[in-house]
Amino acid sequence: REAAGGRAAMCSGGTLSILRSDSYADLSQYRDQHFRGTRYDQERLLRKSCTLYVGNLSFYTTEEQIHELFGKSGDIKKVIMGLDKVKKTACGFCFVEYYARGDAENAMRYINGTRLDDRIIRTDWDAGFKEGRQYGRGRSGGQVRDEYRQDYDAGRGGYGKTVQCQ
Amino acid sequence: KRRRTSEPSEIEERLESLICRVGEKSNSSLESNLEGLAGVLEADLPNYKSKILRILCTVARLLPEKLTVYTTLVGLLNARNYNFGGEFVEAMIRQLKECLKVNMYNEAVHLVRFLSDLVNCHVIAAPSMVAMFENFVSVTQEEDVPQVRCDWYMFAFLSSLPWVGKELYEKKDAEMDRLLSQTESYLKRRQKIHVPMLQVWTADKPHPQEEYLDCLWSQIQKLKKDRWQERHILRPYLAFDSILCEALQHNLPPFTPPPHTEDSVYPMPRVIFRMFDYTDDPEGPVMPGSHSVERFVIEENLHCIIKSHWKERKTCAAQLLSYPGNNKIPLNYHIVEVIFAELFQLPSPPHIEVMYTTLLIELCKLQPGSLPQVLAQATEMLYMRLDTMNTTCVDRFINWFSHHLSNFQFRWSWEDWSDCLTQDLEKPKPKFVREVLEKCMRLSYHQRIIDIVPASFSVLSPANPVCVYKYGDESNRSLPGYTVALCLTIAIKNKASNDEIFSILKDVPNPNQDDDDDEGFTFNPLKIEVFVQTLLHLAAKSFSHSFSALAKFHEVFKTLAESDEGKLHVLRVVYEVWKNHPQMIAVLVDKMIRTQIVDCAAVANWIFSSELAHDFTRFYIWEILHSTIRKMNKHVLKIHKELEETKARLARQHKRRDSDDDDDDDDRSSDREDGPLEEQIERLQEKVESAQSEQKNLFLVIFQRFIMLLTEHLVRCETGGIDVFTPWYKSCIERLQQIFLQHHQIIQQYMVTLENLLFTAELDHHILAVFQQFCALQA
Repeated sequence: REAAGGRAAMCSGGTLSILRSDSYADLSQYRDQHFRGTRYDQERLLRKSCTLYVGNLSFYTTEEQIHELFGKSGDIKKVIMGLDKVKKTACGFCFVEYYARGDAENAMRYINGTRLDDRIIRTDWDAGFKEGRQYGRGRSGGQVRDEYRQDYDAGRGGYGKTVQCQ
Repeated sequence: KRRRTSEPSEIEERLESLICRVGEKSNSSLESNLEGLAGVLEADLPNYKSKILRILCTVARLLPEKLTVYTTLVGLLNARNYNFGGEFVEAMIRQLKECLKVNMYNEAVHLVRFLSDLVNCHVIAAPSMVAMFENFVSVTQEEDVPQVRCDWYMFAFLSSLPWVGKELYEKKDAEMDRLLSQTESYLKRRQKIHVPMLQVWTADKPHPQEEYLDCLWSQIQKLKKDRWQERHILRPYLAFDSILCEALQHNLPPFTPPPHTEDSVYPMPRVIFRMFDYTDDPEGPVMPGSHSVERFVIEENLHCIIKSHWKERKTCAAQLLSYPGNNKIPLNYHIVEVIFAELFQLPSPPHIEVMYTTLLIELCKLQPGSLPQVLAQATEMLYMRLDTMNTTCVDRFINWFSHHLSNFQFRWSWEDWSDCLTQDLEKPKPKFVREVLEKCMRLSYHQRIIDIVPASFSVLSPANPVCVYKYGDESNRSLPGYTVALCLTIAIKNKASNDEIFSILKDVPNPNQDDDDDEGFTFNPLKIEVFVQTLLHLAAKSFSHSFSALAKFHEVFKTLAESDEGKLHVLRVVYEVWKNHPQMIAVLVDKMIRTQIVDCAAVANWIFSSELAHDFTRFYIWEILHSTIRKMNKHVLKIHKELEETKARLARQHKRRDSDDDDDDDDRSSDREDGPLEEQIERLQEKVESAQSEQKNLFLVIFQRFIMLLTEHLVRCETGGIDVFTPWYKSCIERLQQIFLQHHQIIQQYMVTLENLLFTAELDHHILAVFQQFCALQA
């Protein structure tokens, strides 16, 4: 009984650019440099992906907390915690995969940029989880950003790795 | 590398951008911007008339919050080019008809309002507008049509009057009086059985929850009494009066409302949500009264802004805060009220719940000195009125408040709510606080919650979400199955296969049977208990561990839970192990449904089982049930979609075959290629029917269990001479309402069955009333 078809064929109208604007759900500038494939392939995958990368998590944030927060935009298929390659402990990022892209879009619109464990978290489209991508790519085993940062972050192991080694 | 062919669309983009941006913050005045834009568009008419028509029609439909800006623009264009004005009016009528045909009633209202404001801009002659409204109001005389159809035409008429009432009354007062009296008699005779189902609070104090047409009628009556003086709406056309009154007006063509068809779906009735009045902000500007037309206009515009910008939270917040009249009205209060109106709207909010949380946070960021206080005041007021708040709305309040707090370090003056500590834990206030704390814990961790509340609140604090393993302690070794549990533990730790698990479980006696039946795996509750307890305990570390466990031993689960009793028992054991961790129960149930270890009906029966009676009013139970129903619904839709797609593929194949020249033999192109597809379609058809039948059965089970439970309570109260209306009863009857409301589209399909089988006249009137209210929603 839904007039969905009728809406699509709607009259003289259609919509307006300003109302189409969906900047939170658009692709960001970031492209995973380790992606195997062309830029074109990557962007195609990003545009239909149901998987989000989530960053700036505390090392102590659990899968359960992530499930609770991201569950607010729809049913979650899977959460994959990011791990330190050496220690195999949480290193502050994760992947959240939804069953439906629309649910992932709502996460980008309403959960990205809000707090989890008192930290502003950041979400971005991911081309899809592949084995191995759950590990940090920094030299010490965690994320690259924790290698070089100068500040002290209690939720992310304190000072950056290079600072710690000094 | 600009190609010639891309130019027209660039120009269209530029025109659209110019038109859409007029009225935004600018260095020049709105009047001069409108005048400038009218000049530009007039110059572009010879080449881009149809594009300009399209854009203007679209802004009329989609930017109702800027209604008067665009009617003024059209007025100026009409003054410069009479023919264009006429073509625009025709295009608008065409668009209105199309909207009504495809059930886009909300947008149609905007079009009607736009047309009526064009009377103020001297584009449309007042008498012809009155004539259109006469046709609208005469819909109320139609026979055998749903009330919601008449409601819409009445609403379209009444809701235009704040804009054009004065002008129409000045020109055609006799006709208008007649229309208003017809309106009054319609409103008196229309039924309002649906209203209790849609009210956020059951109490009328401090603010009555009025039916939307009743409220609007009161507002229009007051407007008429004030001689149609309306001072809130921004009317840019007033500044151009000298130009506009020179313009020639057009007559609206006679408009016959399209007839009611089987496919017509009209908007559902609403109840107007009010939580503030002029006493709530004594320092600031006075809030317009609940029956003032200003209140109506402000609320309409704020709702429209949210509708326009829901995807862009920063823009949405900024647009809300820059609503004109900022210093004459307590805008922050209006915004907060409108947002909560949407959040608490029954049956469902217009947008996803989490949007409102994030929007309020954005608003707090933009107005850090004032908005958080209004929000705190609102929270306090909502808390005070929890006793009469609809259970579904309380759910949303819990979700919003806990999520909001998690963004602000859980800072709250909990002591202000100490009154709830002396109440029975099942009462709405302590219940609310418990559920909020539980949700806060899910977003953080147990110790954090203990730390943020005063010690006195420990009675309301959530349990530490640890697993309860009955075979854990040596002291439990006398329990039947204890040794098998130990055996299983070791085996699983040593990466045993499903087969090895089966053989270990063979040793478990069946307390239900006298003879040992090794052959079949008939329902053996002890086997299930030992296996599920042990496995879940071993996998307790995280959700991922538990999911892996379910996946690895899927075969064992399927076999043990083959029968209906088996499924129910699995669910019982899951609950026993994880009763301190409702979130874990929910995700496990979800996984088990998705991997078909249990089915939806089993979950429904489990929820209504006596083992769960103690948790029956807890929020997580209903989250699980509604999630289960949603999965069922999505499953049906998915298979249906597959069927349609396969049918389409077959149709395309036929078309290809028919259009091919006969170089292929018949047998090559027909059976062999159709065969698999036709077979597929047959299989899918069966799948759809079976899924639909399962879906119907699920709802029937749920309704049946509700009826049983409620009847039991009612009978007990009657014979015991005690008041029916306990907190449990209120919760239960509103949960029944919630099933109807949240899944109304699906349930509409079963009306006949429900009426004949379950909600018959013999039913207690308390329960029957819920069904009747539901029927009234689309009547």
